[in-house]
Amino acid sequence: MEKIELLKSSCIPLPIEDVDTDQIIPARFLKATTKEGFGENLFRDWRYNRDETPKGDFVLNNSIYGGRILVAGKNFGCGSSREHAAWAIHDYGIRVIISSFFADIFKGNALNNGLLPITVDDSFLDHLFKEIEKDPNVEVEVSVPAQKVTILSTGESRSFELDPYKKMCLINGYDDIDYLLSLKDKIQAFELSKT
Amino acid sequence: MGKTLFEKVWEAHVVDSVEGGMEVLYIDQHLIHEVTSPQAFQGLRDRKISVARPQRTLATADHNVPTKDQHLPIREELSRKQVQKLVENCDEFGVTLYGLGHPYQGIVHVIGPELGITQPGMTIVCGDSHTSTHGAFGAIAFGIGTSQVEQVLATQCLLLSRPKKMRINVEGKLAKGVLAKDIILYIISKLTAAGGTGYFIEYAGSAIRDLSMEGRMTICNMSIEMGARGGMIAPDKTTFDYVEGREFAPKGEAFEKAKDYWSTLYSDEDAQFDKEYHFKAEDIEPMLTYGTNPGMGIKVTDSIPSGSADQGETSFKKALTYMGLHSGEHLVGHGINYVFIGSCTNSRIEDLRLVAEFIKGKKVAQNVNAMVVPGSQQVRKQARAEGLDQIFIEAGFDFREAGCSACLGMNEDKVPAGEYCVSTSNRNFEGRQGPGARTILASPLMAAVTAIEGKIVDIREYL
Repeated sequence: MEKIELLKSSCIPLPIEDVDTDQIIPARFLKATTKEGFGENLFRDWRYNRDETPKGDFVLNNSIYGGRILVAGKNFGCGSSREHAAWAIHDYGIRVIISSFFADIFKGNALNNGLLPITVDDSFLDHLFKEIEKDPNVEVEVSVPAQKVTILSTGESRSFELDPYKKMCLINGYDDIDYLLSLKDKIQAFELSKT
Repeated sequence: MGKTLFEKVWEAHVVDSVEGGMEVLYIDQHLIHEVTSPQAFQGLRDRKISVARPQRTLATADHNVPTKDQHLPIREELSRKQVQKLVENCDEFGVTLYGLGHPYQGIVHVIGPELGITQPGMTIVCGDSHTSTHGAFGAIAFGIGTSQVEQVLATQCLLLSRPKKMRINVEGKLAKGVLAKDIILYIISKLTAAGGTGYFIEYAGSAIRDLSMEGRMTICNMSIEMGARGGMIAPDKTTFDYVEGREFAPKGEAFEKAKDYWSTLYSDEDAQFDKEYHFKAEDIEPMLTYGTNPGMGIKVTDSIPSGSADQGETSFKKALTYMGLHSGEHLVGHGINYVFIGSCTNSRIEDLRLVAEFIKGKKVAQNVNAMVVPGSQQVRKQARAEGLDQIFIEAGFDFREAGCSACLGMNEDKVPAGEYCVSTSNRNFEGRQGPGARTILASPLMAAVTAIEGKIVDIREYL
C-alpha cells in the first residue's frame, strides 16, 4: 500500500450528497480482474455523454479545478461494497477525500488503499466549498501524524479522527493482512477453543 | 447489564483486540463471487500464501452471468473471462464453486440460506453489500471490500471496529397487500439513506416476528440502503423450522444441540441500544421510490415531496431531473414499460408464488417488458415443479435462469436509457439498471400489478 503522511494540494469540489459507488464506478466497468486502470472510468456517467464526449458541466472536465483532494457532500460512497470505487479514485490521482460523512464500507476500503477519508463538521465543509468557489487554486494541507486539515488561505483548520492502528498503517504503508497473518497462533487457538 | 443479540454473536467471535479499539473477528462462513474476488486471489498469489480455511469459503457466479442460455459460453468477452477466472481461482485454491450449470448456482444471498449454510449465531461475510440478508437468521452478516476478501481468504479473520447498536421495532399487523418490502422501504424513507451508518441494526417487534424467513431476508437485505453495516433478527421457531433439514444444516442430535445454543440468541431485556426507533405496521402502505436513492420513498397514495430533510436542494433536484419527475406529482397512473422481478431482495420461491398467484389468468400489458428472474437454480426448479413457470409464460413474462440480472446493469439484462422500471430490487441509483435507466423500487405485488396494468396502480384495489 502507498504511504500517505503529508499532503498539500488544491481541491476538486463535488457538492453533492449521497454519492453512491455506482456513480463512482458503474457496474459495467467491474469486469476487470486486476486493480489497475479504473481511474479512466471514474464517475463515468457524470463525466461523459453516451457518445463518449465529455460533459462540460462536470467538475472533472473543468480545467480550473484539479488536485489530489476531493471535497464531497455528506454520505459519500454509499451503496455497493465494490472496492473498485476506492481503486478508481486512487488511480485517478486523488489521495484524500473530505466530507462531513462517509459510508462505512467505502471508508474501510479507502483506508485499505492509502486513500484517506477525512470527516469534518458541516460548517467546515461549507466553508471549504465556499473558499474553493472563490478561488479554485486554494490549497488544503493534510497532516496524517497531526490528524489535522488546514485551509491555507484562511488558516482555518480542524483535527480529524483516525484509528491509531489505521494511522500507523497509512504512515508506513502497511496493510491489515500482514498484521492478521502475524496472529496465526491466536487464530488457531481460537478455533480449538470452539470445537 | 444484559447483552444485545449483536453483542452475543460478536463477542463469541473475537479472537483478539488491537490497541485503539479494533478487534479481530473470526469469520465462520465466507461467500465469494466472480466480481469482487479475482484481485483478492491475485493478492494471495503475490504473497505466496494459500487460502487458510478453504472449507469455510463457498463460491458462486451470479453478478456477471447471463440469465438466458446459460449452457452456452458467455457471449461478452470480459464477462466470460471474469467468470472463467473464478473457476480457475477456486480450482487452484481448493474452494468449492457452485458455478454456471451447477444445480446449486444462484445469487449468493439466495443460495446460502436455501442450502442451510446460513445459520443462527454465525459470522458471515461476502464481497457484496447485501450480505446483510443473512442477518435474518440471527447471524452477523455484512458486506466487505476486496482487500477484506483477501484478509478472510488468508486468515479467516477480519480487523474491524465494532459498530454501534440500533433497534428498530415494528409492532402490529400489516394490511393486505403490504409486504416485507414495504416495511423496509418505509423504514428507509423515514431514516434516510444515511440513517443507519455506523450502526448494526436489530429488527424486532410483532410485525417482524410474524414474517416468514423469506420476508425477514428482504428486510435485512436492505439494511445497507440506510447505510447500516447489517441488520439481524433474533432466531425463533420460524428460523429453526426453516433451517432444519436443509442440505448443510446440522442433522439429528447436532441440530438439537445447535438449536439449544441458537435459542439463547436474543437481546436481553436490560440490553442497551445506542439508538431505538418504533414504527406501527398499520401506518405502512405499499411503497414506491421516486428518486435516486432508496431513502427517497413514498407511500403509493402520497405525492412526491418538494424536498428532503437530509439532502441539499442541488442533490434533490438532480435526482428528480434524472427521474423525469416533479414535486407534487403522484406516481399512480404513471406509465411503465419495464418490470423486473428478481434480485437478492425478492427472487425467492415465496416471491414467485405470490406474483404467480396474482397474475394467474391475467396478461402483461402490451407496453410492458416484464421479466421474472429466480434467485437460484433451486428456486427455478421449485417454480417449475409447481407450474409457476407456465403461469408466468402464459401471462407474457420472460421467465429466466438464475442470476443478479437487471438489478445492477452489469450483465446483459439492462433497462434502456430514459425508461422507467418498477423493480423488486434494492437500489434506484442513477444508472443502476443501465445507463440512463429510471428505477422505481417496489414490492413483488406492486411490480406484478404494474406489469398487468402497464402503469402504476395501488395493489390494494386489486386484491
